[in-house]
Amino acid sequence: MSSIEHAPPSPTAEQFRAAQRSEEFVELRRTHRSFAFPMTVAFFVWYLLFVIMGAFFPQVMAIRLWDNITLGLVLGLLQFVTTFAITFAYVRFSNRVLDPRATALRERLEREAVTGPETPEAAR
Amino acid sequence: MNAPLLQAAATVGNPLVNIGIFAAFVVVTLVIVIRASKTSSSSADYYAGGRGFSGTQNGTAIAGDYLSAASFLGIVGAIALYGYDGFLYSIGFLVAWLVALLLVAELLRNTGRFTMADVLSFRLRQKPVRIAAAFGTMAVCLFYLLAQMAGAGGLVALLLNITDRTGQALVIIVVGVLMIVYVLIGGMKGTTYVQIIKAILLIAGAGIMTVWSLALFGFDFNGMLGAAVDLHPKGEAILEPGLQYGKDFTTRLDFVSLGLALVLGTAGLPHVLMRFYTVPTAKEARTSVVWAIVLIGAFYLFTLVLGTGAGALIGPERILAAPGGVNSAAPLLAFELGGSILLGLISAVAFATILAVVAGLAITAAASFAHDVYGSVIAKKPLTPQEEVRIGKITVVVIGVLAIVGGIAAQGQNVAFLVALAFAVAASANLPTILYSLFWRGFTTRGAVWSMYGGLISAIVLIIFSPVMSGAETSMIPGADFALFPLKNPGIVSIPLAFLLGWLGSVTSREAEDPDKQAEMEVRSLTGVGAEKPVQH
Repeated sequence: MSSIEHAPPSPTAEQFRAAQRSEEFVELRRTHRSFAFPMTVAFFVWYLLFVIMGAFFPQVMAIRLWDNITLGLVLGLLQFVTTFAITFAYVRFSNRVLDPRATALRERLEREAVTGPETPEAAR
Repeated sequence: MNAPLLQAAATVGNPLVNIGIFAAFVVVTLVIVIRASKTSSSSADYYAGGRGFSGTQNGTAIAGDYLSAASFLGIVGAIALYGYDGFLYSIGFLVAWLVALLLVAELLRNTGRFTMADVLSFRLRQKPVRIAAAFGTMAVCLFYLLAQMAGAGGLVALLLNITDRTGQALVIIVVGVLMIVYVLIGGMKGTTYVQIIKAILLIAGAGIMTVWSLALFGFDFNGMLGAAVDLHPKGEAILEPGLQYGKDFTTRLDFVSLGLALVLGTAGLPHVLMRFYTVPTAKEARTSVVWAIVLIGAFYLFTLVLGTGAGALIGPERILAAPGGVNSAAPLLAFELGGSILLGLISAVAFATILAVVAGLAITAAASFAHDVYGSVIAKKPLTPQEEVRIGKITVVVIGVLAIVGGIAAQGQNVAFLVALAFAVAASANLPTILYSLFWRGFTTRGAVWSMYGGLISAIVLIIFSPVMSGAETSMIPGADFALFPLKNPGIVSIPLAFLLGWLGSVTSREAEDPDKQAEMEVRSLTGVGAEKPVQH
């Protein structure tokens, strides 16, 4: 747990505007969204497909794959599998790609809040 | 074991064992809550547990907050009676966590303090947005609370053989008073411990029953399904979709509408969102969701086996004949497996479940009233942390009394729709505004207000004019018929409508929102600059 006793000084409005325009931040935002958005669309479509198949094409979901095991049951269990898989993929991606960039940017902004801008870009 | 003996025993069970185990849970958790309260002083302590919980602890508490008695008893019963169609709840309730994980949890932790409205009003005009968000929060908490309280009464009928209304009302009062005590003394910290203990008990109990019932079939799930098919009057239909929702086009559309509300509601549930403020950093918020997904996913896999096992070992006819009907599947299975001791354990866990969930709801509603409504509308000045806690505690008592009165009034009513309604309201009133304010620069105050009120009002109005209220034998007012809307689940209309209103309100706004605040929110949400720090003691 963090051992900070006093909140670090907060960046000013200009510093936030500059940070938002900075290359590092634009890149961070793009990286986050390029993972989160397509993944959201993918699991949402896959889930809706499962629900709609059950509602409107029950005869397909009723296909027996083996004795009492139906296609619907297997696809339902696959929903669990994909949920776990996406969770672990996101954690891996965050730890390796997002966290180092976010931390570097946060530390720079916290330093700048005390000492002023460090890069020519932020000074603009 | 013959059927009449089992039924008599399951009705009465051994009430003393049930009460004894539940009383032990109450005593242990009360001691922990009182100990936890000794380090609570500030409003960050009271509403956010000092932001000192680890991701693992918080993830377990989230599972404890999320897995209500309705998930446990209701889903096991639905799978036992309807087979495949009952399985939808489990899947929707789990997949929904991906919305929280990918889009909401970390960004929310980085930008807010205590409530959902902190994030929604960050860069918009405070007062209208906070009030609208408080309405959404209160509505969800109220519907959910009523469902749990009425469920407590029904559970008692089943487990303690208290069938008269006075006895059930007494139990609702006990649950309400215990909830008030937990939240008054322990705040968020105490509530969190109660939820952690309950989550462990519930998941362990369900896990033991799962292994036990699978063992009876030689760990052959296919064989268990076969036995359930043999006992069910509809036979192999339980393996296929359609037993509950397959009647006609309207019921099929209802199924899709329910599925939509389940998957989009979770990330808009205010009591779940508030839990993300109890951890020190966004990274811990992420760990919380991962733990929650693992625990909740495991639990819903257990319910699939338990529901099938109840269908195979007890059968739908005996389940429906027992007091409590569909909700009795899990307790009957516990009795079949482990006699009155296991039944007592599972009953106590079900009670603990209700208690932990209502406590989480009460503190969320209290935080919303004190922090969002009282501070910005009634007092018209920022509250000191002491005032914020004091107002919150008064609110807890008021909410507790309302929940008791509402729970008693709802006795005997068919209130199963309230949980689904809470999810539909969360998905339509809360989620669109959360996503827009985190990801869309052009979002405005007008868009937020339109979307929140539009989503809230449309969901409630559609329910009032649905077969839930009138026009069918199972309606709340079976004698009347003003069911103009054919579906029992409003989500398929109200959720897209709320998204549309948020967009429409924003593009038609004449005034632009503060670009400085937008920049601050975006940078803070992704980097964690200036996020609320944990309290040091």
